[in-house]
Amino acid sequence: MTNTKINLPTEHCETCPAFTQLEQMGIKVGDFDRVVALAGNPNTGKSTLFNALTGLKQHTGNWPGKTVTRAEGGYQFNSVKYKIVDLPGTYSLLSASQDEEVARDFILFGQPSCTIVVTDATALERNLNLVMQVMEITDKVVVAVNLMDEARRKGVEVDTRSLARDLGVPAIPITARTGEGIATLLAAVSDVIEGNIQVKPMRVEGTPEFQKAVNQLVPMIEAMAPGIPNARWLAIRLLDGDARVQKAITSGELGEIISRQTRADVQFSKKMSVEGRQ
Amino acid sequence: MTMENITPNDILAKAEALRNNLSTGFRDEIVKSIYSEAEKVANRAVKTASDKKYDFDQKIDRLVTSPITGLPIMLILLGVVIWLTVSGANVVSEAIATVLFGIGDLGRSLFNQVGIQWWITGFIWDGVYLGLAWVVSVMLPPMMIFFPAFTFLEDLGYLPRVAFNMDWLFKKAGAHGKQSLTMAMGFGCNAAGVVATRVIDSPRERLIAILTNNFVPCNGRFPTLIMLATVFVASAFPPALTSFVAAGTVVGVVLIGVGFTFLMSWLLSRTVLKGEASAFTLELPPYRKPNVGRILYTSIIDRTVFVLWRAMQTAAPAGAIIWILANIPFGDVNLARAIADWLNPFGLLLGLDGVILLAYIIAIPANEIVVPTMMMVYMGAGMMINGPSSSASIYDLLVHGNGWTLLTAVNLMLFSLLHNPCATTIVTIYKETKSWKWATVSVVITLGTAFLVTFLTASLARLLGWA
Repeated sequence: MTNTKINLPTEHCETCPAFTQLEQMGIKVGDFDRVVALAGNPNTGKSTLFNALTGLKQHTGNWPGKTVTRAEGGYQFNSVKYKIVDLPGTYSLLSASQDEEVARDFILFGQPSCTIVVTDATALERNLNLVMQVMEITDKVVVAVNLMDEARRKGVEVDTRSLARDLGVPAIPITARTGEGIATLLAAVSDVIEGNIQVKPMRVEGTPEFQKAVNQLVPMIEAMAPGIPNARWLAIRLLDGDARVQKAITSGELGEIISRQTRADVQFSKKMSVEGRQ
Repeated sequence: MTMENITPNDILAKAEALRNNLSTGFRDEIVKSIYSEAEKVANRAVKTASDKKYDFDQKIDRLVTSPITGLPIMLILLGVVIWLTVSGANVVSEAIATVLFGIGDLGRSLFNQVGIQWWITGFIWDGVYLGLAWVVSVMLPPMMIFFPAFTFLEDLGYLPRVAFNMDWLFKKAGAHGKQSLTMAMGFGCNAAGVVATRVIDSPRERLIAILTNNFVPCNGRFPTLIMLATVFVASAFPPALTSFVAAGTVVGVVLIGVGFTFLMSWLLSRTVLKGEASAFTLELPPYRKPNVGRILYTSIIDRTVFVLWRAMQTAAPAGAIIWILANIPFGDVNLARAIADWLNPFGLLLGLDGVILLAYIIAIPANEIVVPTMMMVYMGAGMMINGPSSSASIYDLLVHGNGWTLLTAVNLMLFSLLHNPCATTIVTIYKETKSWKWATVSVVITLGTAFLVTFLTASLARLLGWA
């Protein structure tokens, strides 16, 4: 596959920093500088965005649950190489179904440099539940408010500035199908990763006694598994009695999951060609 | 306890102790506050114009998912897709067959002129090439039409509506409502349908969906059904009605398959996979204007070429094997014929014949090559080098040359619908369930059903003097 340079449609003038070129790298993700995860509710257009960024042809279909495995591809933006991981769509990160587990394990343990949560502009409220759950796990979040064209057709207006202010992370309006807003989105992702944008994710703190309990567990988890990225979230899950997390901790599976998620996916191109065909 | 050597059990014990001190329902509180915060944030950010009196999508949905019109609309759409496939495929099929078998003639005579030994010529042109030519001419035309039509409905957003309409049926069968999504994917490819069952949360219901996915005919089996329906069932009707009758027959076979899906799901959920159907929420996504370029790419490159290439990979060696079997003398006949004769009594018992069973055994790696293999065995060595390119000549070969009756055609359709998954699907089932036991069960269930049903129809037909 040859690399194709495409000019993204943009409404901004050429002096705008967002006006730039995207280079689709297909599945050539051998060496990359950053890892970006694509999360979101089912059928919000994650795979469409993934295809627009990578130039790949991951199957998209208009039904929730189309992507059941994670797909990976690459793109280059402002000379930085990104590996992008398309996760199965999920409503939450708490359930036990296999597709949700794939998404959860990657956001938790894959340590992506940034997670883009793709949301449906026409059903924002429901989508925000997942955004907030992702923000419980990681700070580096950019919210892509997708399907803006559909929202306009339905007479729905989304004020992304208000959204970004409330959530404490960038919220970018896009239409993945047409490429609208993608350059701005990528600029925001890059700014979040490089620290040019300070993120302050909105978190539900819970009662003081709950916070105290969390604060007692976190150091213990960090002592047991040094370098573990999301001790706070694990502590919350343990307090909740999440059987799956309990099992992961006692069986030593945790270490295995962490190394599996970060291991280079050598068989990737083969996987794309087989599992990409759904 | 020092911080240096904390064991997992320490952490669990601590969590347990802390949890008991917390007021009950603390987690509910957090979830509730996530929801209320999300609501507040969304309310501040989203403005909905109130002058839009009605929503077009909702109007369509009221019709498409209504208890009264939902199922008929679904049947009509299925009928239209299959009718397009049948009538379109007939046009292209003959042209492709003529060209491909013509190339075979050319190659053969070229080899003969150059003086290449007969067995090399035969092996290459009457074995390998003929196998490939058959598979392409039988499979390519229906796929070229079916896949884009299916992908169109998929991109439009119709599949979740199907799931919505059929939910109560699956619930009655003790299965998951999302099984209709995986069943729909099975029309494209059963292996893909098995992978798609990952959307089902409950392991019990997922297993039911996996084990019964093969009861919907995949694209590899559609060509068989279409050919038999056209040649045998529809030929009894006036030409103007042919495509409608053929399409109707295929729809009927598909519905029988769906019926067996329910029956088997019901049986499984009452016996080895006992349990209640679980509740789930399914979003009905908005209808989206399908992107023509993407549909063509997905359906032609990713689906058609992929499936066809796979079929060709098994058709080439299958063609070679048949040619070899047909050219090894065995008594008065050749080996292929001898094996077919030996299988014949069992075949007749099922309303089929020995050749069909032989073709079926050779075609185990990929069911889609059953018909090509069968035709090659019938034609045998040197009997009829060229593939018949029209329905009439196929009818002639099967009925007058090999004693087929309507029962043979009907039972082959049933057999092709019900028999075991292809090798790829079996391996996929193993990968998804991580158990050879369930992979084996999937074969036993389907093959057992196929034998039982064809035996019953054959016996019944004979009892009533129809065959």
